[in-house]
Amino acid sequence: MEFFRFKRDIPFMTYARSTTVVSLITFILAVFFLATKGLNFGVEFTGGTVIEVHYQQAEEPAQVQGALEKAGILDSAVQNFGTSSDLIIRLPLKEGVSSAQLSETVLGALRAAQPDVELRRVEFIGPQVGKELVSDGSIALALVCAGIMIYLAFRFEWRFAVAAIIANMHDVVIILGFFSFFQWEFSLTVLAAVLSVLGYSVNESVVVFDRIRENFRKYKKQSVAEIINNAITATMSRTIITHGCTEMVVLSMLLFGGETLHYFALALTIGIVFGIYSSVLVSSPLVMWMGATRAHFIRADAAAQSANVKS
Amino acid sequence: MNRYPRWKYFVIVIALVLGLLYSLPNFFGEVPAVQISPANSVVQIDQALLRQVEDDLKQQHIPYLGIISDASGIKVKLTDTDTQLKTKDELQRALGDNYTVALNLLSASPDWLSGIGALPMYLGLDLRGGVHFLMQVDMRAALNKQLDRQTNDVRNALRDAKIPLGGVSREGQNLVVKFKDAETRTQGGEELRKSLRDMTGVQLDETRIALTLTPEALKKFQDSAIQQNVLTLRNRVNELGVAEPIIQQQGLDRVVVQLPGVQDTAKAKDILGRTASLEIRMVDEEHADLQSLQNAARGLVPPGDEFYPSGRDGQPLLIKKAIILTGENISNASAGFDGRTNEPAVHINLDTRGARIFAQVTRDSVGKRMAILLIEKGKGEVVTAPVIRQQIDGGQVQITGRMSVKDANDVALLLRAGALAAPMEIIEERTIGPSLGAENIAKGVHSVLWGFVAIAIFMSIYYRIMGLFSTLALAANVLLLVALLSLMQATLTLPGIAAIALTVGMAIDANVLINERIREEIRAGQSPHAAIHAGYEHALGTILDTNVTNFIAGVALFAYGTGPVRGFAVVLCLGIITSMFSAILVSRALVNLSYGRKRKIDHLSI
Repeated sequence: MEFFRFKRDIPFMTYARSTTVVSLITFILAVFFLATKGLNFGVEFTGGTVIEVHYQQAEEPAQVQGALEKAGILDSAVQNFGTSSDLIIRLPLKEGVSSAQLSETVLGALRAAQPDVELRRVEFIGPQVGKELVSDGSIALALVCAGIMIYLAFRFEWRFAVAAIIANMHDVVIILGFFSFFQWEFSLTVLAAVLSVLGYSVNESVVVFDRIRENFRKYKKQSVAEIINNAITATMSRTIITHGCTEMVVLSMLLFGGETLHYFALALTIGIVFGIYSSVLVSSPLVMWMGATRAHFIRADAAAQSANVKS
Repeated sequence: MNRYPRWKYFVIVIALVLGLLYSLPNFFGEVPAVQISPANSVVQIDQALLRQVEDDLKQQHIPYLGIISDASGIKVKLTDTDTQLKTKDELQRALGDNYTVALNLLSASPDWLSGIGALPMYLGLDLRGGVHFLMQVDMRAALNKQLDRQTNDVRNALRDAKIPLGGVSREGQNLVVKFKDAETRTQGGEELRKSLRDMTGVQLDETRIALTLTPEALKKFQDSAIQQNVLTLRNRVNELGVAEPIIQQQGLDRVVVQLPGVQDTAKAKDILGRTASLEIRMVDEEHADLQSLQNAARGLVPPGDEFYPSGRDGQPLLIKKAIILTGENISNASAGFDGRTNEPAVHINLDTRGARIFAQVTRDSVGKRMAILLIEKGKGEVVTAPVIRQQIDGGQVQITGRMSVKDANDVALLLRAGALAAPMEIIEERTIGPSLGAENIAKGVHSVLWGFVAIAIFMSIYYRIMGLFSTLALAANVLLLVALLSLMQATLTLPGIAAIALTVGMAIDANVLINERIREEIRAGQSPHAAIHAGYEHALGTILDTNVTNFIAGVALFAYGTGPVRGFAVVLCLGIITSMFSAILVSRALVNLSYGRKRKIDHLSI
């Protein structure tokens, strides 16, 4: 069985301008939403309290909110979580109120209103922790970018490193754009997903670059565009199949993983889809426009060869 | 061409057998158990205790599946939860307050597996349920308290040197010392430099000097403050009867407390937040005879005394109620050695007020014993009861005599830990109910399982026999990953399970690369043997590259992630390592084993 068998190379590079424009527009839209709407940061980042409760039967959020207001908690936000009998209560940080008292008060108030309530999860995050997470998250993002760029520059050439990182940052920004547009909750797990997308979708660029380098060695007469076209076409099948397989697992997480893994899987899905697009149709044209030529490869190649005695 | 030397097969088989062995305990499930651990440093887990527990169980006719004794305590495996509760109550009654008896779940895997160190994966709180607290130590408040104590030292040093003093006050993190004039200021500065070694002074103006702790003294103070808080918390958690609590310092000024299985957060918070105190009192030497002690044990306690049935070395003591000093007056305690005899010793530093009182008391009571008590919840415990050998001036107290180095350390820590050195505040709390934990496990396992099944079906259809080999290699990958996680006892969280799923999804990339390459080579007219060979060779470089970039992301996540995300990163990184092994070596071994012997392959099923 074989899905992809191309007789001729697909001339991706001739469409390069239009595909890049498409991704530029998506990118600008994502930045626009991020700037205007911002991210709906989870409690880990903002600080505050989240309490998840389970009832024996369906329970109206408004009712729960009412019960809390009676107990003097006025600023709660109550939502259904997954099913109609699971509820999530969010409370903002308050000066001078310790988490210890708060969660007890809430549970007390809920028990008074409806004794069959079951506490599933409490999360309280102080303000200092949230700030640290934001800075740690940014550092991690920067580190991953720097690490990948250094590796690619060493393994290929700086043009490839720059092209790959632009393509992947573009993926990351688009994922964030989605989370901003739909105001999905951006939690620590989503951050983990975003960072693994960064590592994962660079793979795609690496596979294509590897093939471009090989082609430069093999086909001495072809133009750069032809070489890139051939490399993309040749790796096309692998790209789709691999990502399809990864996506199967991610879908399985989306279906079976429950609420906690929901946004994690969603972020990965967006990352996978745009990862294919960007590495094929963004990073490769970028390499071409930055002026990668055979000479760069032969030199980089020679350097790589002298460094690697085995090959 | 496509043959492996025998040793390569051997290595692969060994790896897989070990993988199977170490991932095995995860499939046995868990049995209820009770765990006995020491509640304080007075008692120890030893063979005698093990025998005692066994005898108790036999006397009460409690059936049990097995007894294990290890560093953390004695664990008794039981048949059901009813027996578990009964056994807990029974053992707690039999063993007394010196031991904590807690409910626990233990792996039901056979003992020989546990014997070779094969344990099930260590589940994080989001999978097993429990409470997690992150506590911030208020170093500023602790430092202020310390500086307040030192104002007395300043006053006394100057009084002893007969230098007139205008006043001492704490301003921020400084002590500002005021003098009458420039001359006394110079003298005073000189004197303070000599007598207060851990402070440095800056001249503010004609008559004032500002004192601060030296950086070394500050660091030492902070270190001991947090160590003290950790120890105090540990002592308190022991009371809760938690099977495997984690109490750890995190960063410079934070403490993580994890209590698996605890649901009563209100009680946990109450106990963690309580304050204990330390008291120094005299032993009633007039009633130290056997007769008085026996009477006291029957309830005839002489007036003004309190009876302690077991002191530090197990001897009963009658101790006077009058308090000489409290923990407030102990500025530091450390373990060390006696300067002359080289015996292990505990050194205690008292503040000036404490030193003055101590000098007076010891002068009057040479030859008598004094007791140091830890009072918590209105209940006292004798930490140590040494004999006073001579009058002690200057607030430097040394306790020696029949102590091991470990004893000395324990006493010093207990003295320091009597009360929390610095106030603490809960800055992060996570409580996961047990049902949610179990659900999370089920969700995670289903995600991995169905993701795997989908990939297996697709690969076997799309690449046929080669796809089947890839699937087998992928299964080997999961096996090795689970075995590695079990062996390392790395904490598995729900994001960690997600990382297993993701590893499955990403590891197949290597095999797809290889299979696609083989197809391409066959299309280019290569013979099947040459195609297989070339496919693996060419794909290798690419596989390495892609895994390195993934690894970089994983390491960064590990370095800067906290809690569940760190669990994700660990699995991701380990998964990359195992997938390299299985995707390249295991799948190649399968191919070589089935095709390598044939001289010519007519048709490669791909």
